[in-house]
Amino acid sequence: MTGTEVQLANQIGRSGLEAGHVGRKRWRELSARSVTSSVRVQRPTEKSRTRANMPAVSKGDGMRGLAVFISDIRNCKSKEAEIKRINKELANIRSKFKGDKALDGYSKKKYVCKLLFIFLLGHDIDFGHMEAVNLLSSNKYTEKQIGYLFISVLVNSNSELIRLINNAIKNDLSSRNPTFMCLALHCIANVGSREMAEAFAGEIPRILVAGDTMDSVKQSAALCLLRLYKTSPDLVLMGEWTSRVVHLLNDQHMGVVTAAISLITCLSQKNPDEFKTCVSLAVSRLSRIVSSASTDLQDYTYYFVPAPWLSCKLLRLLQCYPPPEDGAVKGRLVECLETILNKAQEPPKSKKVQHSNAKNAILFEAISLIIHYDSEPNLLVRACNQLGQFLQHRETNLRYLALESMCTLASSEFSHEAVKTHIETVINALKTERDVSVRQRAADLLYAMCDRSNAKQIVAEMLSYLETADYSIREEMVLKVAILAEKYAVDYSWYVDTILNLIRIAGDYVSEEVWYRVIQIVINRDDVQGYAAKTVFEALQAPACHENMVKVGGYILGEFGNLIAGDPRSSPLVQFNLLHSKFHLCSVPTRALLLSAYIKFINLFPETKSTIQEVLRSDSQIRNSDVELQQRAVEYLKLSSIASTDVLATVLEEMPPFPERESSILAKLKKKKGPGAVSVNELEEGKREGGELNGGGERGDNSAISTPSPSADLLGLRTGPPVTAAAPSAGSLLVDVFSEAGPFFILFILLFVCKNNGVLFENQLLQIGIKSEYRQNLGRMYLFYGNKTSVQFITFTTTVTLEPLIEGGAQVQQVINIECLTDFSDAPLLNIKFRYGGALQNLTLKLPVTINKFFQPTEMASHDFFQRWKQLSLPQQEAQKIFKANHAMDTEVLKAKLLGLGMALLENVDPNPENFVCAGVIQTKAQQVGSLLRLEPNAQAQMYRLTVRSSKDTVSKRLCELLAEQF
Amino acid sequence: MIGGLFIYNHKGEVLISRVYRDDIGRNAVDAFRVNVIHARQQVRSPVTNIARTSFFHVKRSNIWLAAVTKQNVNAAMVFEFLYKMCDVMTAYFGKISEENIKNNFVLIYELLDEILDFGYPQNSETGALKTFITQQGIKGQPQTKEEQSQITSQVTGQIGWRREGIKYRRNELFLDVLESVNLLMSPQGQVLSAHVSGRVVMKSYLSGMPECKFGMNDKIVIDKQGKGGTTDEPGKSGKQSIAIDDCTFHQCVRLSKFDSERSISFIPPDGEYELMRYRTTKDIILPFRVIPLVREVGRTKLEVKVVIKSNFKPSLLAQKIEVRIPTPLNTSGVQVICMKGKAKYKASENAIVWKIKRMAGMKESQISAEIELLPTNDKKKWARPPISMNFEVPFAPSGLKVRYLKVFESKLNYSDHDVIKWVRYIGRSGIYETRC
Repeated sequence: MTGTEVQLANQIGRSGLEAGHVGRKRWRELSARSVTSSVRVQRPTEKSRTRANMPAVSKGDGMRGLAVFISDIRNCKSKEAEIKRINKELANIRSKFKGDKALDGYSKKKYVCKLLFIFLLGHDIDFGHMEAVNLLSSNKYTEKQIGYLFISVLVNSNSELIRLINNAIKNDLSSRNPTFMCLALHCIANVGSREMAEAFAGEIPRILVAGDTMDSVKQSAALCLLRLYKTSPDLVLMGEWTSRVVHLLNDQHMGVVTAAISLITCLSQKNPDEFKTCVSLAVSRLSRIVSSASTDLQDYTYYFVPAPWLSCKLLRLLQCYPPPEDGAVKGRLVECLETILNKAQEPPKSKKVQHSNAKNAILFEAISLIIHYDSEPNLLVRACNQLGQFLQHRETNLRYLALESMCTLASSEFSHEAVKTHIETVINALKTERDVSVRQRAADLLYAMCDRSNAKQIVAEMLSYLETADYSIREEMVLKVAILAEKYAVDYSWYVDTILNLIRIAGDYVSEEVWYRVIQIVINRDDVQGYAAKTVFEALQAPACHENMVKVGGYILGEFGNLIAGDPRSSPLVQFNLLHSKFHLCSVPTRALLLSAYIKFINLFPETKSTIQEVLRSDSQIRNSDVELQQRAVEYLKLSSIASTDVLATVLEEMPPFPERESSILAKLKKKKGPGAVSVNELEEGKREGGELNGGGERGDNSAISTPSPSADLLGLRTGPPVTAAAPSAGSLLVDVFSEAGPFFILFILLFVCKNNGVLFENQLLQIGIKSEYRQNLGRMYLFYGNKTSVQFITFTTTVTLEPLIEGGAQVQQVINIECLTDFSDAPLLNIKFRYGGALQNLTLKLPVTINKFFQPTEMASHDFFQRWKQLSLPQQEAQKIFKANHAMDTEVLKAKLLGLGMALLENVDPNPENFVCAGVIQTKAQQVGSLLRLEPNAQAQMYRLTVRSSKDTVSKRLCELLAEQF
Repeated sequence: MIGGLFIYNHKGEVLISRVYRDDIGRNAVDAFRVNVIHARQQVRSPVTNIARTSFFHVKRSNIWLAAVTKQNVNAAMVFEFLYKMCDVMTAYFGKISEENIKNNFVLIYELLDEILDFGYPQNSETGALKTFITQQGIKGQPQTKEEQSQITSQVTGQIGWRREGIKYRRNELFLDVLESVNLLMSPQGQVLSAHVSGRVVMKSYLSGMPECKFGMNDKIVIDKQGKGGTTDEPGKSGKQSIAIDDCTFHQCVRLSKFDSERSISFIPPDGEYELMRYRTTKDIILPFRVIPLVREVGRTKLEVKVVIKSNFKPSLLAQKIEVRIPTPLNTSGVQVICMKGKAKYKASENAIVWKIKRMAGMKESQISAEIELLPTNDKKKWARPPISMNFEVPFAPSGLKVRYLKVFESKLNYSDHDVIKWVRYIGRSGIYETRC
């Protein structure tokens, strides 16, 4: 039995009540009594004996013609013969319906039955509705029932017919005959259309709560109402009936309670407050059932288990609500749950599988309620132990369910430790289970129970399992290993080892994100770079290694190959040859990456220059049919032969650290936490991710989103190092400076608040690009002047107006060194004078140097942040602004902007996840100004509230002004 | 090449299974049954690809013949083979039915061994096959060594379809021109599409190894002769010749000669065979014209009147005429009046069937019917399927005429004049429909 089937069986077991009671009843009423019993073989008559293969039927109620017809159809040798027979029958029925003399109820019923049978065989029926509707008004049960059957199967949207049908149903509902009422209710439920709901949504609740309604009708009414509510919730308004419906839980008749509880569960999911009172009633009902002896409930005892369906439903209803606040009710409920757990320990009263199924269904429902409450450590631990027993049960289904439930238990802080005790069993399950779905659950559970203490063990086990894992779950496993390894990495060399192992074992299933991530981490962490270089070097020495490994290897050796170049076994040439030996086996993107690595080698190890140039010059590169490869080969070859060592060093500088992404995993990784303490927060994080990973079909996609996707950055590298700093990308935005100089630069300055590179200015003559970098209180700005005309500019001079606060010393034309002495609000001015075609041009621009450029991001935990926030509580230290959003409120964009500001974006600090909180220190020569920022977006009003607090009032104000323009 | 050949009954049970190549496993048998015979939706394509295996099937009454291959074979070749296979089986035991196949399964396996070798089609000429694959036991008809060697030399020789040393007291020759005429006509009498597909079937009882030459009023031949020889009857020869769109020949016909001179010359097989097949689309004589008249009287009644006119020489008699007039799907009753023949409403086929035993040329006849309808809830309009017709006429609707069939036998002393020749023309209806 596969996992889905297990779940299905479980579902059926749970929802079996509808099928078990009402559904079964309906079957008995609708089909068994008439169609089948009329076809049932009875006393053979003279005539029927003469025909071969003819079932003998009695006269009277049984429809002989129908039986003959059905057996004719069954005896048809071919499809064509069947169609002929049906055509003949249809023509016969048409002539009968058309005929002048009125048909009696019996023949009408017979022909309608035949039509229904033909319809069920898959042929279109476009007449006979009228006759069926006529049958509805008959007083004979069988005729009425066939009429309803036909109408519920072949619903027709003809408005006139609908009116007639509704009329007939109304008559039946108002009749005192419970059988007729049931038939009408079943018809409404089976059709369940909006028209039906419109007509009867008001009527049915009345029937449901009326004192004199029969129990069987009440059951039908409750389920009918449920059906109507599900199709058109807006039409079913409980209003004044609410409390009376809730009190159906106290009904004497268990069937009514079971039917009503389905309705109540559905209704209370939509409006929990109105149905709050059901909790105590449900608890008392549950405790009565649980504590009853198995003989008390007579009809509702199923293989010695008292009312299993009702119990399951009650437990499920309780899962819609938080734990009851009333102590007494809660005590009673806990008692019930304990009793259920106790009963699971008792020896089974019967060996029948039905007994254990019923018992376990209740038990699992109780455990999910316990997990839902998540407040009773005692119960949680007991549930965990109970599941632990099931983990070794002989029954595969139970093991599956136990693993599944334990997954959720693992996320509770109370039972996490208890779950961890089963680690060996679970690992064993992962290795030995024969059913893939069970193994999958085991893998999920391992993922859920993983924390810092057992991460190494679990990751190792998962890696070893990966070698033999089923193909269907490999990708998911790879992602899980990658996430766990990153999340619980204590030392990064272990992390690097794990991921490289992962690529080695299951390279095909390693998605791009995984290897992007390992590179990000290696680049951002100085301490592992050497180790990583050494490890990839060793890994690449395997005769056959996966392409992803080559990618990682190429990237890392290209960046940090120098760290291991000292060792003669991994000298530059050896490294290069090793990489190049893989080159021809790789796909185009990998080759492109390798070419970038080669040019980096030229920079790192000048001695390899000639070898690499030789490779680049070869026809297979420089004349490669792939444009990308060819371009790279040509450009790199030129770059290496033309550029001086200095230029080369600048261009091919080591990659800067990647900006920290908004990855939850990453944030976790960065947090230095005590190894022992595992907060609830983190566990919930794990649970959420687990949920995403196990969320069904689009597992891979979801987790791909949850892991950061730094592809943009890495791809940036692939297109070659940034030779030209200022890309003329903002061209379309630009207007003529000379006419509208005033507002123009303000606008542009604002653009630069959150970014460091770009085009500062552009007109028909001149384009000024900027690239700047800041470290602490120092900055360096490169200005690029581009002459857009074909004529020379004569006497081109620039002056930076020195503000008292900033020392500006223009060295060459391009480079300006900036030092921030103290905080400032006005940007320095750049004055440019030049002669163009005899006319003197004069241009004054503001340099995009703002106070926030000197930010140093500060990471801090939640309580630290609020402590500092409170310290800066003087009114002048705070600047607040409420303003309207200029751009769409996209979380990712906002995050990117805040990161561009230079402050550290702190996650999980603000209780409201919508809000953003940042912290940073502005470094000036004179002093350091700590600043805290809080941005509260209001999506409905499209407004923001920005609060900045810093130790210096001018800084707060200036930051507030700057930022207010950005969003 | 063909990897295997299976024969199924209508239930999908395997009657014959012969695998020629190792790449066809036993599961292929089930794959075809599950995916084609028992398919939920009727499979209309004769070629089905299942798991990189191609299945080519033809259906004869309730019997499915399927050829299976994993290679990229010539589909036309496979179908030609399957048709040949059907012909061979028919020649051996008559109608292809489940019972006949079950009764002759040894024979069928023997045949399959002979006509396919490692998936390559071999000699499938019935006459030749019958010389060495017989339905009697070996004992019943002992063959001498000479006879056996003769068979070998015939089968492996150049003229595999005829053995030497045939002798008849009376040299006789039967020639049938069988045509089926297909038509789709608009209600106004405009021809939307029409073509004739014909076959020339011969039965020859000739001694020795005669050389035959067949001539008909092919337009190209007539025109050529008209240019080269007499030009006194240009109009007439043009009128009486027909344009053949395409044709295929029995393997005995010398194609090189047909290509160069367009003359059909051959050494005929002994017994019955199909000499050629052809198709024409121009100047077709339509033997019948159907004039429908349908009038809807309100929502519950339909009046139909159909007139048929025969359009050929009054001296000729058409036979087995059947006109099928479709009725709407909500018909509840039909009254029919016809002058000639018998008409009946067949509910199981949703049609009025009107049958006339025979009808002379240049006559007309009519039927009128009142159809009562049951008002339905559906607004769907009746699709009005076309009125179809079946008949048999004693002439060739394409206009094909046999001009001569000459027989030369140099070794034996009988000449062309001594051969008794019989020629017969039969024109049948194919899909002969008129929209109403």
